[in-house]
Amino acid sequence: MIEAKNLVKDYGSIRAVDNISFQVNKGDILGFLGPNGAGKSTTMKMLTGFLPSTSGTIRIGNKDINEDPLAAKRLFGYLPENGPLYQEMTVLEILDFIAEMRAAYLLTEKSEKIERVIEICQLKEVCNQSIETLSKGFHQRVSFASAILHDPPCLIMDEPTDGLDPNQKKQVRNLIASMAEEKAIILSTHILEEVESICNRVIIIDKGKILVDESPEEMRQRHPHYNAVEIKLRSKDTAQIKKMIQSLPEVKEIRTNSDVMLVIPKEGKNIINIVFDTALKNNWPLASIEKAPIHMDEIFWNLTQN
Amino acid sequence: MRTINAIFKREFFGYFRSPVAYVFLIVFLIASVGLTWFVGQFFAANDASLNRFFLFMPWVFLFLIPAVGMRLWAEEKRLGTWELLLTLPVTTVEAVLGKFLAGWAFITLAILLTLTMPITVAYLGNPDWGPIFSGYIGTILMAGAFLSICSLTSALTKNQVISFILSVIICLILVFLGWSVFNNLLTSIHIPVWIIDALSNFSFITHFDPMTKGLITIADLIFYLSLIGFSLLLNVLVLERSF
Repeated sequence: MIEAKNLVKDYGSIRAVDNISFQVNKGDILGFLGPNGAGKSTTMKMLTGFLPSTSGTIRIGNKDINEDPLAAKRLFGYLPENGPLYQEMTVLEILDFIAEMRAAYLLTEKSEKIERVIEICQLKEVCNQSIETLSKGFHQRVSFASAILHDPPCLIMDEPTDGLDPNQKKQVRNLIASMAEEKAIILSTHILEEVESICNRVIIIDKGKILVDESPEEMRQRHPHYNAVEIKLRSKDTAQIKKMIQSLPEVKEIRTNSDVMLVIPKEGKNIINIVFDTALKNNWPLASIEKAPIHMDEIFWNLTQN
Repeated sequence: MRTINAIFKREFFGYFRSPVAYVFLIVFLIASVGLTWFVGQFFAANDASLNRFFLFMPWVFLFLIPAVGMRLWAEEKRLGTWELLLTLPVTTVEAVLGKFLAGWAFITLAILLTLTMPITVAYLGNPDWGPIFSGYIGTILMAGAFLSICSLTSALTKNQVISFILSVIICLILVFLGWSVFNNLLTSIHIPVWIIDALSNFSFITHFDPMTKGLITIADLIFYLSLIGFSLLLNVLVLERSF
């Protein structure tokens, strides 16, 4: 649905986006990750035809954004960074304007479309309020409503949850997730939990280059503690138990940090069952046993700092 | 065409969503009529024409039209809404035209509100309606030319003040080139007449004066329309950043 090929953007002598290619299909929610200034927003702006690319091609549903911009623009909804809206207009006026720009002229068709997004984004109570009087959460939902007004097959969103409180973030994420099945969605973010909670594909971009393009699960496997097991014991005498664990063929290494043992498997194998069985068999004084949490930010750090 | 219409509507009624429109209308009416009456000695002249009214138009426009035009694109750039607008299925040409025409319509509305002047003249005397009619056509055309320059400078920056000053400077030059006082000054420092004539050909005043006297020539029409077209073309190119 959305396809970028060899995309390059130069600002003078600075290369902001350096030869990136990717494809987003129906059903994908692609998380576009990267440090600030990595080229995320620039890429989004090029995808939507707002910024001309230096070279490369972009196709939205088989329409080239440079050759047939109008047809391509009909196929996506775009939520720009910070969701800019005309401040002095009311919510209804904005949606009405967008509907007309999106070629909904018949009164019934227009009001149908507007009612649909008001329903989805729960904007009923602020319909007649002007944008400048809205809270950030409502503001973002109005932007979201205007992006999905024409029920586009593709959605491109630049930091859709930026600046929202945790509840609002959750609402927006639920909204996005609820329409994932029949759409191709790209969202840029620097919030890693967002990627974990809703995306089924991740692209990490840094200094204009794509570092990884894979599923969140594949990305988790990059963590050195992937499938590692954390064991807490009730007794201080751990030497015997350590030895036992060490003798398991799947175990690569054991690290001890005060009363927690971290068992790291070979090649990221899933060893929690094996360790647990061994513990039961030998009657270890277990306090707890669990998989070590994988922090995406550590993976992100490793990828973007090297 | 339909997108131009949607943008036009949004922009035109947008003026009235804030106090800007009312402030502008009041200041414009006070300035244009006040200058005619008090500086132009309208009553003392004892002349049933609008010559003295039209005389001040380029000078009133010089400051008031940049005040209307400065927000056209600068405001969109400052708020980021141009990103919303230009990623809708609309060409840049349509967006520029829609906004420009809305601004022009708003100023035309302001100009039409000065029709109290010809009514006054008709009440007091027996005016020749031809020059009044052509003068109003000239005024509206000239306003469009001023506004097109403001639209262009407004697209160059997200700062309305910079946009205002830039457009005042450009318009000031285009007014000055045809102002008799300035031309006399050039003559007095021995600049050849053909150069002065060539320069004054680029002035709003040179192409506006004949219209206030009842003369609408193709050359003057072409001057204003081509100036509008040229400014708006540059405006589109600036927004598309394609150079």
